[in-house]
Amino acid sequence: MLYEKVLFAFFILLALTLNFGFFIGDMSNPDHHNVFELFAAVVVSLIATIMKFGDKSHVGTVLLASSLVADLQLIAACIVWGIVVYGMSQPLSEHALASIVSLSGGALLANFVSVVILTMETSIHRR
Amino acid sequence: MQLIIFLVMRRMRTPLIVLICAYAFAVLGFVLIPGQDNLGQPWQMNFFHAFYFVSFMGSTIGFGEIPYPFTDGQRLWATITIYTTVISWLYAIGTLITLIQTPMFRAAVTRNGFIRKVQKVREPFYLICGYGDTGRLVVEALTHNDIRCVVVDVNPDRINELLLEELPQDVPCLNADASDSDTLLNAGLGSAYCVGTIAITRDDQVNLKIAIACKLLNRDIKVYCWAESNDTGVNMASFDTEHIIYPYDIFAHYLSNALSLPSNYLLHQWLSSPIGTPLSEPVFPPHGKWVLCGYGRFGKAVYQKLVTLGMPVTVIEERPDLTNPPEGSITGRGTEADTLEMARVHEAVGIIAGTDHDVNNLSIILTAKAIQPKLFTVARQEFATNNLIFSAANIDLITNHSKLISNELLALITTPLTADFLALSNRQPDEWSRILVCRLLGCIEDTNPSCWVITLRPERTKAFMDWNNPAHSILLRHITHEPGNRKKKLPCIALLLKRGNERILLPDPNIPLKPHDRILFAGNPAAKSSIAYICTYPDLLHYMVTGESRPITSLGKWLSSQTKSGSKTRKATRTD
Repeated sequence: MLYEKVLFAFFILLALTLNFGFFIGDMSNPDHHNVFELFAAVVVSLIATIMKFGDKSHVGTVLLASSLVADLQLIAACIVWGIVVYGMSQPLSEHALASIVSLSGGALLANFVSVVILTMETSIHRR
Repeated sequence: MQLIIFLVMRRMRTPLIVLICAYAFAVLGFVLIPGQDNLGQPWQMNFFHAFYFVSFMGSTIGFGEIPYPFTDGQRLWATITIYTTVISWLYAIGTLITLIQTPMFRAAVTRNGFIRKVQKVREPFYLICGYGDTGRLVVEALTHNDIRCVVVDVNPDRINELLLEELPQDVPCLNADASDSDTLLNAGLGSAYCVGTIAITRDDQVNLKIAIACKLLNRDIKVYCWAESNDTGVNMASFDTEHIIYPYDIFAHYLSNALSLPSNYLLHQWLSSPIGTPLSEPVFPPHGKWVLCGYGRFGKAVYQKLVTLGMPVTVIEERPDLTNPPEGSITGRGTEADTLEMARVHEAVGIIAGTDHDVNNLSIILTAKAIQPKLFTVARQEFATNNLIFSAANIDLITNHSKLISNELLALITTPLTADFLALSNRQPDEWSRILVCRLLGCIEDTNPSCWVITLRPERTKAFMDWNNPAHSILLRHITHEPGNRKKKLPCIALLLKRGNERILLPDPNIPLKPHDRILFAGNPAAKSSIAYICTYPDLLHYMVTGESRPITSLGKWLSSQTKSGSKTRKATRTD
């Protein structure tokens, strides 16, 4: 058992589950989308990205790429939220929330791809 | 570069994760801790404000308690998190700085700089592996001939020496093992501009490895190799290494040349030394009994040549069990008088100190001279650092590895025809060489003649290629006279004319020239540009061939046409 592998798998799965938790629910209902969940998803996703830094293997680089995509989508969602609420001083409209949630949906897809690749790699390496 | 990026990223993992955790921890705390606004109403910080506050707090900019003054709980949290964020920043920056200072990182950065420098070389260049005494001479000679070089050496001190050397051009250099094929590729082996590799490290095996790597990785380049032993040389020849240089054989050949054809030897010396070398005096080694100290590879090569010339040779060898010297050899170092006396040095005409130890060689020469002052002395010098003491010892003939190899390489690279010429001239009687030496002396001042090749190619010799005057064909003498006065000879001699596979030694001045001829000249370097001018400017060539000056400006052309037609009409009226 490799400590590093466990930690990486843990973070990548956690990123997916947190992301899913934020994404699931009615698209335009603010009660279904907790801001703390988004924050946790961003932090965990960033950590998962950094854990793949400097991996020269082919699978490692693909994982890094998909993880970077997830980061980008989540940070974009945060920025949209920040601009709408604080930049334009408006209450969170249904329209804005829908775009935030769909951005996080994209991140969810990227995280899902990461997990699939990780699972495939693990199954190839079994003895 | 990739390697460095991966290295940095891998090492920065933990510090970055720590940094993110510290920030997330701080932001989360501020969002959760209850605060109050100006009016004392409960107020909860949101993520936006928390992130804003932590951002300037973490980097210790400190804009104050924004947007409302903090409660005690918030201040407590701020106190804790200011230390955690600052420490994690220090940790990250410290790791980065340590990373920059590691030798591996620095080596990678240096190598990248070197690779970029090599890629920027947009002219044909030679890759030189090994920057010892020989390498230094080769690089100096090549750069002074406007040929670009790239140097690789395994010893960092030698690379530092190269950096301090004042060369006419920038020479990219790298401290790395040249037997590593990656290093060779980094040094531009695969580049389209690399024309040749020169393997002159002290290690035969390394030279061999470089030769193989070059032949496999880039078939188009020429490989010049120094082979200390015949075994390695044969191995190199087996995969078509272009030029294998055996320094001992070269010297043995020189010595036998000096004994049998002294003028030819002098000619050889003059033509193969770098430009600007003071003219060497002729040497006349005596014929008779020789004493040879040291029967290693050098001794063996010299012994062979002396025996072939029919001279009696007595060998002195320290370790006869290892080298197997001929019968009648004396065991000893040769540095002591009794060994030399046993070899009957007082009856000998000359002594050759050919051990691989510089100081021993000098000692042999001095001891032998004390016994027999009239001896002709030949000494082998291994290291350039001993130049001073060797020249002070007043030795008749010094064989210096590095000089031999660099001269040989320089002749091969800059004027390949010189090698052809010298090979041909070797078969001529000594009288022939003596006349040529005298003729060359008339062309030069007090430094050696320089050699150059004129190739009659379309891009270089436009006037020659465009010549279409069936009445006159261009002869060799037309281009070897002064452009200002075609009666006066230029201070140079055409040594060799190469036409296809035909080689004409000392071509006749009246030989007609043909396109793609290659002519080797020797003489005063000033003549070189004159010949190039004659071959480039049609009007000048016209004058050289026919003796009449053609007008160049349009006014001159008009005037000359007027005078011509005028004289014609006058002639016509006179006949009437």
